Amino acid sequence: MKNSLLIMILLLLFLGVACNDDEFLNKDPRNILLDKQVWESEGLVLAVLADLYGRYPDYQTIENWSEFTNFDEAFASSFGSYGRHHNQDWSYFDWGYWDYGFIREINLFISKGEEAVRLSEDVRERFLAEARFLRAAVYFEMVKRMGGVPLILESLTYDYSGDPSYLQYPRVKEHEIYDFVISEMQAIKDILPDDPSVKARATKGAALAMTMRAALYAGSIAKYGATTPDVSLPGGEVGIPATMAADYYQTVLDAFSEMSGYALYDRNPDPGDNFANLFLDKNNNPEVIFVEDFKLQSGKTHGFTISNQPRYQSEEQEGGRINPSLNLVQSFELLDNTFAPLPIRTTDDLDYLYYDEPTDLFENRDPRLRGTVLLPGTRFKETDVEIWAGYLLSDNTVITGDQFGAKASLPGVEEEVQVVGFSGPIDNLEFSAQTGFYIRKYLDPTPGSGQRGVQSEVWWVRYRYGEVLLNAAEAAFELRMADIAAGYMNQVRSRAGMPTGLTPGEITFDRIVHERKVELAFEGHQLWDMKRWRLAHIVWDGSSEPLTNDPGNAMEPSTRPFGLWPYKIHAPGESNHGKWVFKEVLPSQVTNPDRFRLGNYYSGIGDDLLNRNPKLVRNPNH
Amino acid sequence: MKSKFRNLMLSVFGLVVMASCEFDDFKEPGSIFEGRIVYQGQPIGIAYNEVEFQLWESGWEQEIPITVTVSQEGGFSTVLFDAEYRLVIPSHQGPFITLQNQETNSDTILVSLNGNRTLDIEVLPYYMISNPQFNASGNDVNASFGLDRIITGADQRNVERVNLYISKTYFVDAKTSISSVELGGGDITDLSDIDLSTGIPEMTPDQSYVYARVGVKIDGVEDMMFSPIQRIDI
Repeated sequence: MKNSLLIMILLLLFLGVACNDDEFLNKDPRNILLDKQVWESEGLVLAVLADLYGRYPDYQTIENWSEFTNFDEAFASSFGSYGRHHNQDWSYFDWGYWDYGFIREINLFISKGEEAVRLSEDVRERFLAEARFLRAAVYFEMVKRMGGVPLILESLTYDYSGDPSYLQYPRVKEHEIYDFVISEMQAIKDILPDDPSVKARATKGAALAMTMRAALYAGSIAKYGATTPDVSLPGGEVGIPATMAADYYQTVLDAFSEMSGYALYDRNPDPGDNFANLFLDKNNNPEVIFVEDFKLQSGKTHGFTISNQPRYQSEEQEGGRINPSLNLVQSFELLDNTFAPLPIRTTDDLDYLYYDEPTDLFENRDPRLRGTVLLPGTRFKETDVEIWAGYLLSDNTVITGDQFGAKASLPGVEEEVQVVGFSGPIDNLEFSAQTGFYIRKYLDPTPGSGQRGVQSEVWWVRYRYGEVLLNAAEAAFELRMADIAAGYMNQVRSRAGMPTGLTPGEITFDRIVHERKVELAFEGHQLWDMKRWRLAHIVWDGSSEPLTNDPGNAMEPSTRPFGLWPYKIHAPGESNHGKWVFKEVLPSQVTNPDRFRLGNYYSGIGDDLLNRNPKLVRNPNH
Repeated sequence: MKSKFRNLMLSVFGLVVMASCEFDDFKEPGSIFEGRIVYQGQPIGIAYNEVEFQLWESGWEQEIPITVTVSQEGGFSTVLFDAEYRLVIPSHQGPFITLQNQETNSDTILVSLNGNRTLDIEVLPYYMISNPQFNASGNDVNASFGLDRIITGADQRNVERVNLYISKTYFVDAKTSISSVELGGGDITDLSDIDLSTGIPEMTPDQSYVYARVGVKIDGVEDMMFSPIQRIDI
């Protein structure tokens, strides 16, 4: 009895305490920040924005570098990636991108920012402009890959009425997305800071550079899309009318005329080193416009150098995964502006050509070759890269080994000697230079950059002035202003170390294609360029053609990554003893040629999306 | 005692495993649907892994097609559940155009599957390769053939090029050829008599035969069309 009374009293007491609903049920959470808390502090909004920047969409990047080996630029020297050279064609869903979750978050950011009152006006305006920059970048990425997509500029919320059809938006025309990107950049370019020293956040320069790239893509799809009438949809979701091309090209030049404060990077007397340093130098680099930045000991570093450093001097038991192909290497022209395959055989094809040093073969080539590719006989981090395939005797016997730096006996030599480089090339041995080359672009020469515990802080350059100039040159060329095009292109080429400029008469479509190929190799442009010129199905045509002898021709098939292996001659007493010869090889893991189907021009929209939104139409040829 | 208990548990476990097999599993698909893509009963040769068609089945929550890949000799074979399917050849597939189906008034073909079924799908190719002849002379493979234009009028398309491919294996097309020769469409003087010849390169390991066939690439059509495959002894 006494007990139950006690319980009753306790219960009543509890009820009395719990009565104040408002106070009890409306406590601020301690583990997350609420919108109203975020939007009164500049630092917190910046943190939210940093998350949005961190999700900026790219295809091939300094972190997602393995995608560089998908095409003919490079061979993938690692077991897990050999499949890239076994496939016959790319899936219709490859490089697809459909991220409305991200779009929604940016839209929410913008709508909250528009209502925020506690921030100072110019700070708030800049945040909003940056969010619009990111949203345009996402739409640009989607239109590149999918064609016209639903254009949604506010966050959508379901009302649980059982009828979601008001949330189902149809795809807009392809050019409408490009127009959206261009008009957004137009609207925000003067709100963003006009400050070339800002690299990792949106600036006026970045907005203009995005305008130029988007307009150039739209213009070339309009112009060259006419060559592939099957790659279009009747509703215009894919395909841009050819009549719109000239306006887009003009937009490129207009945006370029507003660009100021940037210049080509030229701080090193050696043009090859200069070209490599362009991507490494973070000290007020005048060429770089917009980047994803990395910083040592901050948690945001990347392992590009770990994965791709020369195997010999590797600071871990790995490296050498990207092997640039001979296809790319021979595309770098001679210093007299002509094209030629690398001279490895005499003209009658009866004998090798003999070289004193392996680097002699690459003399008189565009210095950007040295800046992009680690060639046999060169050094990285003050150490030889050790790429040589073995000894060649005078009776054409090859003496080599099947592991890094293997030893064997040579005729006439008593002790066993090293018969293959410590970086290979050894066919089918991962991390060895299976094409005879390693990549140099982005490779970080800082000590420790090849260690897992340290990694690298080389930034990923998304927009740079070199590309801007080439965009302007291409637009000028398409508008039949060859002299202006030659002027822009010669700026890029003279910085690259090409002694003679091109005359306006020498600027052709093939020249434009070639210049982007060598200047922008491994920068994530190749696939989009090949798509917008409608060259992809011609160059990656699925035929097992040998390596072309005409590297300056934009239409030459190039479906398999070839390699070039240096051998040292062992013929004591003969004049060629100790000299070098080269053999063209096809890595044995390259079992199938690449075939780009018409349906690859625009990636497939998943059946789940088509089922959920009946207003979406399929991309052509799917 | 302990091991007896364990044996008992094991046998109970075994029983449970066996017993549950029947109950909740679907039966595997068992009906073979096969046939060829034909023009007037003659199969149309293509390259492997290049041409496919779709089978749609209504009534499920999501509409997702089953894709069926056509072999290089124009045949197909697939194992399916019994059901009513709609067969669609997407417009860009194959060196041919589809025919109007009377039942559906479109190019969709209704396929009602109840047990095994063989169906030849009639289509309208742009060209047919007539009378292909192959022979080896010395170190060369020679081919002669003709092209019959099937589609005339508004939909007609020109020949972009013709190729002779030779291959070490039975798979003969641009992907696998060890030697090929090409003749541009503009260089063909007489469509009814085309001669091509290509050398046989060295093969490792050596073999005393090759496979050959000729193909035709039609303007604006992605997939090539091929003659039947011919083994040639050298």
